[in-house]
Amino acid sequence: MKLLQEQLDILEVLEENHQVTPKSIAEQLQLDEEDVSKHIKQLEQEGIIVSYPTLIDWSKIEGKEAIVAMVDVKVTPKRGVGFDEVAERIYRYPEVKSLYLMSGTYDLSVSVEGKSMKDIALFISEKLSTIESVVSTTTHFMLKKYKHDGVIMEGDKDDDRRMVITP
Amino acid sequence: MSKDYHKYLSTKAIELQPSGIRKFFDLAASMEGVISLGVGEPDFVTPWNIRDRSIAALSDGYTSYTANAGLLELREEISAYLKRRFNVFYQPENEVIVTVGASQALDLTFRTLLNPGDEVLIIEPAFVAYASLVSMAGGVPISIATYAENGFKVTPELMEAAITERTKAILLCSPNNPTGTCLNKEELAALAEVVEEHDLIVVSDEIYAELTYDQEFTSFASLPRMFERTITINGFSKGFAMTGWRLGFVAAPKEITSVMLKIYQHTTMCAPHMLQLGAIEALRDSTEQVEKMQKSYWRRRNLLVQSLNRIGLECHMPGGAFYVFPSIKKTGLTSEEFAENLLKEEKVAVVPGSAFGASGEGYIRCSYATSIEQLQEAVVRMERFLGRYVKK
Repeated sequence: MKLLQEQLDILEVLEENHQVTPKSIAEQLQLDEEDVSKHIKQLEQEGIIVSYPTLIDWSKIEGKEAIVAMVDVKVTPKRGVGFDEVAERIYRYPEVKSLYLMSGTYDLSVSVEGKSMKDIALFISEKLSTIESVVSTTTHFMLKKYKHDGVIMEGDKDDDRRMVITP
Repeated sequence: MSKDYHKYLSTKAIELQPSGIRKFFDLAASMEGVISLGVGEPDFVTPWNIRDRSIAALSDGYTSYTANAGLLELREEISAYLKRRFNVFYQPENEVIVTVGASQALDLTFRTLLNPGDEVLIIEPAFVAYASLVSMAGGVPISIATYAENGFKVTPELMEAAITERTKAILLCSPNNPTGTCLNKEELAALAEVVEEHDLIVVSDEIYAELTYDQEFTSFASLPRMFERTITINGFSKGFAMTGWRLGFVAAPKEITSVMLKIYQHTTMCAPHMLQLGAIEALRDSTEQVEKMQKSYWRRRNLLVQSLNRIGLECHMPGGAFYVFPSIKKTGLTSEEFAENLLKEEKVAVVPGSAFGASGEGYIRCSYATSIEQLQEAVVRMERFLGRYVKK
């Protein structure tokens, strides 16, 4: 699908911060406020803007720390539906935070979130590996999240170190 | 008892005008919660690949001198960059000198050009250091005032009126600090005719070239017959967000650079080796990041110009750099009073236009090299401030 330059510009602004108002977007991009709202609505309807989540570092909150595992899953694709059917069976579980089809030595990369290692072990042994087309799983526990979706978790160290007034 | 040092010091140095910005810096730096629209440098930190290259260079022991004019590899990259971006070709072997910031390139230029009493035309409002650089080199700075009605553009007529028998050069800065004004190709070509007629040299400060919006940037040396009489000054500070690296360059016909190089040998030796290596990286692999920063400034310019005009601080749409230069005449305050009161009452720092020469009086310089949120908050504060000073 081809977009107009102004639609691309709007997406760029929203990707940085989705809380920007249509008025501010219009001022920044020299567009009409109503047109901006119209474009946003259209981009939402067409599924280009999928959702507006907020990135939260739960690991900083006592009692809210989560354990995440990246699971490499090998599967036998099914005639007619390929990987899509098994992928859907897996991603419908709320424990699954992301799922990608990969090239290479395994097929699906699944990230699973739980409250404890036991939770995750249980999910993998009871739910994931019992799906009939799943051939094998390899589990890697995540130790620390440094960067997520382009955002540095520990805050950017590139603070403003400029003097207040310079020529 | 304090000693009288006057007799030990040079009269010329004593008589130099201090930068008009200093006073506000001291005041603003002592306050908390200040939103600064007074910063003349990018709010981006240098792109990581450039920083990483210089870190590696330092680890690998690149701590020696380089050739006076800079690493040949860097000069080759500069030459290729100027050709690629602005369609001007300088021989990397003998027409490019890497300097410690564009400021040093300017200093070097005037020391190379001027005999005592030679006049240099400076378009006002102008960068704070221009006149002093000319004076220190023994020249006489001659101001050409420009006006908001004409978008602060210098015209052939204004130029003609300032030319005398002693005029040797004209210093152009487009896009301009502090007005943001950018001259297009036709406007520059019209000036070129006057330059040719009076046999002048053009010193073209193109440090903001990468930050040109709405139109193509024109490098003065790319105009017909202008290469031979142009000294091009540029650098990494603004476009590549590398102000603190102090890396610039000067490019000119070899008959000029060869004389410059003698002065440079004796004053500086060369720019720092490990930083020059970072600059090579900047020219090879930063196009995308430079464009991203440029677009970000463009968005903020649009927002700020629209907001300032809405609250009654009239300004033209600047074609480049990251400055807006609105009129504050309706407040009845001088630009210094305006800046001082605004800082004290609303904690917004701007630079009074008078710091950029007499023709800057009645204006303030607002830099939009700060976050959108800060810009919006600054506008709210300025609107409140205006409410108290502008009679309905």
